[in-house]
Amino acid sequence: MDTLSALLHLSPETFWMIVKILVVFAGPLTIAALLTWVERRGSAMIQDRIGPNRAAIFGFRLIGLPQIAADGIKAFLKEDLVPAEANKVLFWLAPLLAFIPAVLGMAVIPFGQSFESGGHTYHMSLLDPGNGMGMLFPMAIGAMAVYGVLVAAWSSNNKWSILGGMRASAQMVSDELSMSLAVIAIFMTAGAYDPHDLIQAQYGLWNVVPHFLGFLVFFTCMFAETNRLPFDFAEGESEIVAGFLTEYGSMKFALIYLSEYIHLVVASALIVTLYFGGWRVPFVANPGPWLSVASFLAKTLFFCWVFVWVRWTVPRFRYDQLMKMGWKVLLPLSLINFLFHAFLMFRRG
Amino acid sequence: MRGYAPILILLLVAVALPVVILNLSRLLRPHWPTPTKYSTYECGVVPVTEAREKFSVRYYLVAVMFLVFDVETVFLMPWALQMKELALFGLIEMGIFLFLLLFGYGYIWSKGALTWE
Repeated sequence: MDTLSALLHLSPETFWMIVKILVVFAGPLTIAALLTWVERRGSAMIQDRIGPNRAAIFGFRLIGLPQIAADGIKAFLKEDLVPAEANKVLFWLAPLLAFIPAVLGMAVIPFGQSFESGGHTYHMSLLDPGNGMGMLFPMAIGAMAVYGVLVAAWSSNNKWSILGGMRASAQMVSDELSMSLAVIAIFMTAGAYDPHDLIQAQYGLWNVVPHFLGFLVFFTCMFAETNRLPFDFAEGESEIVAGFLTEYGSMKFALIYLSEYIHLVVASALIVTLYFGGWRVPFVANPGPWLSVASFLAKTLFFCWVFVWVRWTVPRFRYDQLMKMGWKVLLPLSLINFLFHAFLMFRRG
Repeated sequence: MRGYAPILILLLVAVALPVVILNLSRLLRPHWPTPTKYSTYECGVVPVTEAREKFSVRYYLVAVMFLVFDVETVFLMPWALQMKELALFGLIEMGIFLFLLLFGYGYIWSKGALTWE
């Protein structure tokens, strides 16, 4: 580490910060790009089709991977349509509003075990532990995602878009309640809200065991939060054309589309951090930097796949069913989970 | 504030990338505007009436209920973190608070505010 930073004439802190920014920015972005391919190949696999396999680089098809590049180039070269009726400024702003919170979401999540090298301690999260924001940051930033959808819907001035936007706003706020209650139960048992401490507290036993009910609630809410099937009512291509995305095309569409996948990656990382021990490896007390990063990545990718898997397996809900579930099932369940853990904590003293 | 510098840099990068991409693609993409192309999409027919019309009052209701319950979770958090220090006093306080809230929850449920037709 020291030799690398000396080679670049940087202090180790600055060097490490640049590395972390690159990882936190480019990591989810790369996984999100890959996921657009995984989604289609995975759906093809589940439905016994072939899926995209024609795109090729110099004649090499590489199981369809060049499709990602082909889609990117296509979106990049498409004519950019801003409808005459639309609110131009907001129409431009919406992809930014969708993209920024998606990218910021990973900022506090530790992607590996802290390690020491040359007298310095290097933390594997963009913000060092004890930053005062902790797990509240990804939750707050995740809640900002609704603005991208709402602004896109409102600015399009299209009936389908507004229908999608209204749905998205009500859906996202309804599920946020149960989600935050489930997370607060974890804060309570761990006695901390910094992700580093939460992972520390999961030594020996991952939260998914004592907080199984909370995990079910959180996991379900994540589908609603990321606007994915079975709860993709904001887009709902089988009922309201493309919902809030109806008027979007070319690069703006690609940006919103990509940020939805980044949200999916962040959601998986949150699930892993909160319920599956973050970078922890079963039966290994101190996995060290490489193994811990690999473990975190493997778990996160697994949950990304689960999101895809569920999308192509479970039939979609109706909107009233989602609202009913959010308010009448998930909220009581997360309250029960919370009160149960409060009771246990109090019994233990 | 020094500890928060990385997040500001990340924010700048996150803003810069879409802006750069959107402006770069302007150099390469075609631009042939025709009035029909720029009209609002409504399944191929000429759009009738405004899009920004009245919508169901239920969305408003959901927003109000969300506000109440979200403030509740915000109040729960400090107690959850300081549970051991507050001990029995905190438990009773929180019990009263939660009871009032659950009472309200039962009330809106019985009034049918949670039913979505």
